Amino acid sequence: MIPLNYYLVISAILFALGVLGVLIRRNPLIIFMSVELMLNAANLAFVAFSRAFNVLNGQIFVFFVMTVAAAEVAVGLALIVVIFRTKHSIDVDQMSALKG
Amino acid sequence: MLLSEVSNSGFFSLVPLIVFFPAIGLLINIIFGGWMKEKAIGWLASAASGLAFVVSVLLGYSLLEQPEGMVVPFADWINIGSLHIPWQFRVDTLSVTMMLVVSGVGTLIHIYAIGYMHEDVRFKDDLKRYRRFFVFFNLFIVMMMILVSGDSYLMLFVGWEGVGLCSFLLIGFWYDKDTLGRPSFANAEAAKKAFVVNRIGDFGFILAALTMFWAFGSLQFGDVFGKAAEVAHVMPGVIIAITLFMLIGVTGKSAQLPLFVWLPDAMAGPTPVSALIHAATMVTAGVYLVARSAPLYTLVPQAQYIVALVGAVTALFAATIAVGQYDIKKVLAYSTISQLGFMVAAVGMGAFAAGMFHLVTHAFFKALLFLSAGSVILGLERGHHHLSHHEEKHDEVFDPGDMRNMGGLRKQMPVTFWVYLVGALALAGIFPLAGFWSKDEILADAQLHYPVVYILLTVAAFFTAFYMGRQVWMVFFGKTRHEAAGHAEESPKVITVPLMILAFLAIFGGVLNLPGLHTLTSWLEHTIAGVEAGKFDFLVAGLSTLLALIAIYLSWLLYGRKPLAEDQLDPLKKMLGPLFTGMERKWFVDEIYWAVFVDRYVDLARFLANVIDGRFWHDWFHDKLIAGTYNWLSHVALNKIIDTRGIDAFFNGLGELTKRASASLRRLQNGFVRSYALAVLFGVVVILGYLLIR
Repeated sequence: MIPLNYYLVISAILFALGVLGVLIRRNPLIIFMSVELMLNAANLAFVAFSRAFNVLNGQIFVFFVMTVAAAEVAVGLALIVVIFRTKHSIDVDQMSALKG
Repeated sequence: MLLSEVSNSGFFSLVPLIVFFPAIGLLINIIFGGWMKEKAIGWLASAASGLAFVVSVLLGYSLLEQPEGMVVPFADWINIGSLHIPWQFRVDTLSVTMMLVVSGVGTLIHIYAIGYMHEDVRFKDDLKRYRRFFVFFNLFIVMMMILVSGDSYLMLFVGWEGVGLCSFLLIGFWYDKDTLGRPSFANAEAAKKAFVVNRIGDFGFILAALTMFWAFGSLQFGDVFGKAAEVAHVMPGVIIAITLFMLIGVTGKSAQLPLFVWLPDAMAGPTPVSALIHAATMVTAGVYLVARSAPLYTLVPQAQYIVALVGAVTALFAATIAVGQYDIKKVLAYSTISQLGFMVAAVGMGAFAAGMFHLVTHAFFKALLFLSAGSVILGLERGHHHLSHHEEKHDEVFDPGDMRNMGGLRKQMPVTFWVYLVGALALAGIFPLAGFWSKDEILADAQLHYPVVYILLTVAAFFTAFYMGRQVWMVFFGKTRHEAAGHAEESPKVITVPLMILAFLAIFGGVLNLPGLHTLTSWLEHTIAGVEAGKFDFLVAGLSTLLALIAIYLSWLLYGRKPLAEDQLDPLKKMLGPLFTGMERKWFVDEIYWAVFVDRYVDLARFLANVIDGRFWHDWFHDKLIAGTYNWLSHVALNKIIDTRGIDAFFNGLGELTKRASASLRRLQNGFVRSYALAVLFGVVVILGYLLIR
């Protein structure tokens, strides 16, 4: 039996990787993927806790998260398509119309 | 008996009509005069005055039976605290005498004026002026009636000011011309002079009235005279003050020294005005005032003496000036001043009946003289008009009043000549004309009481006869000295008939108060207590008549025997030299007044206007001090310092602060999505860190 801490460490590493991805990369597709990574890192933590404490709440939460993530990706991709149509680019650094 | 009593008191209650008839006349002329013919306007005004005369006669008739007279209340007037002055008329022998003179002589002069002003219309061609003249004339009668019929000093003052106003209006009747009809302000200046000089006198009157109110608490004749003896006992100085202040009023209105200067200039008005206002009636108001205030004057002999002296000195002073005048009306004007001096001296001496007697006879013969002079002037104007039609001599300035332009008018204007002669002899005091009786009564009284006054008046009477002789010789005898006089024509009936009536009165006016009978004295005795009947003194009368005859003889020697030729100097001028120049120039009184008072007054006014008002008040106080301070306050203090540097700076600073803050804040919003994400991360870390550490 692998101890809970291992799962949590992996989950934290994955989350950190996701955060770095979001902050560093300029391609929105990769940013989305990094966001997925963070969500799944959270999912991993949920599942690990669920298993460790023998409650199903965490597992149910994971289902919700996956559903929301799917919806989010759908909306995000739609936005990216629209942005590409108007700007012929999907570089997030160029999306600065709201600059102060 | 009962009926007569009713009718008697009925006549007394008619007294307001003496004011209302002329008032109605003037109102009709004001309102409807525009639609009326020239003749109608004149006759209406004359009728209004004539009706007042009829009422006066009725009042006089009632007085015969009830000589103590009556006070007729008419309306409430002033009711303030303890001051009650009703508007009521006083009918007594004194006031009715004045009413009869004013309305009687006034009516004759109204009728005369119909003819006289007709010529004015013809030459000056303005019917509106004709109407205005008669409106003023009726207004004058109204005011004069208020003056003589009032029962209080205040009512008297209303009339006093009213006649002053009429005098002003009528002197300045041809306000845009001078006496020769040229465009000028000379007549308006003369009117102004009369008005201003009269104001000085009126100021004295007001002081007298105020002092009287202070001392007596009333201005009603009855109250004042009733308490007079009592007040005189307690504070005699007050009565002296009142009477002397009143004397100032008298010198103004009755043209006595030192305020007589306005009357000669008043001759700028039309001749009927000179006759009515400046000879017969208004100028005698002062004499009436003294006679009316007899109960006050008799209490203070000192004041009486001063009044008598003022009158006597004026009589002589003006008589000497009259000798040196060339203008026919100016001679008469100075003669009027002189004769008023006689009257003032008489009432000053306490010879009230003699003064009033001379007032009445003087009204007759001086009105006669002025009106005849007017007739002469008209005659000459007609002659001149006639000339300028034939020869083209329009530019020549012709003075129809200058006696040097006359001469030999006896033949051209016989009626005028004869009535003028009557007037002149009456004025000179030749037996048995009116002037003889009244003047000698004054002289006899003076001889009894005040020798100085007697001597002054006798010398004045000598001069009077002399200047009248000179005038008659110069005007009516000898050869004509100007072509206009040669073409002079007699005046129409409307002018000569009033002259004849007045001449009749001037001849027989003495009957009023013949020595021994003393009709007028006993008539006035009912009003003025203790009037002593003058004693007829043969010595006095003989001396004055002798002097008058000598004076006339002298004037014949100088002006009659060898008539003045054209452009010849006055023979007296050769004999008297500078003395005559003095008479001619009125002893330089006007010049002295100008130098001493008027110029100084103008200087003072200039000083007040330029320095006090202009430089100090306007330039410094208003512009510099008030406006400057205000400007500084608003511009510098409020605007620049408080507003700009304070309030504006504060709010601008707020705005600037907001701008700066937002400008530095906007740098955060750099548009890089990733930096936003980083901020979110930091936020989350901070929040989580906080939660953990807590």
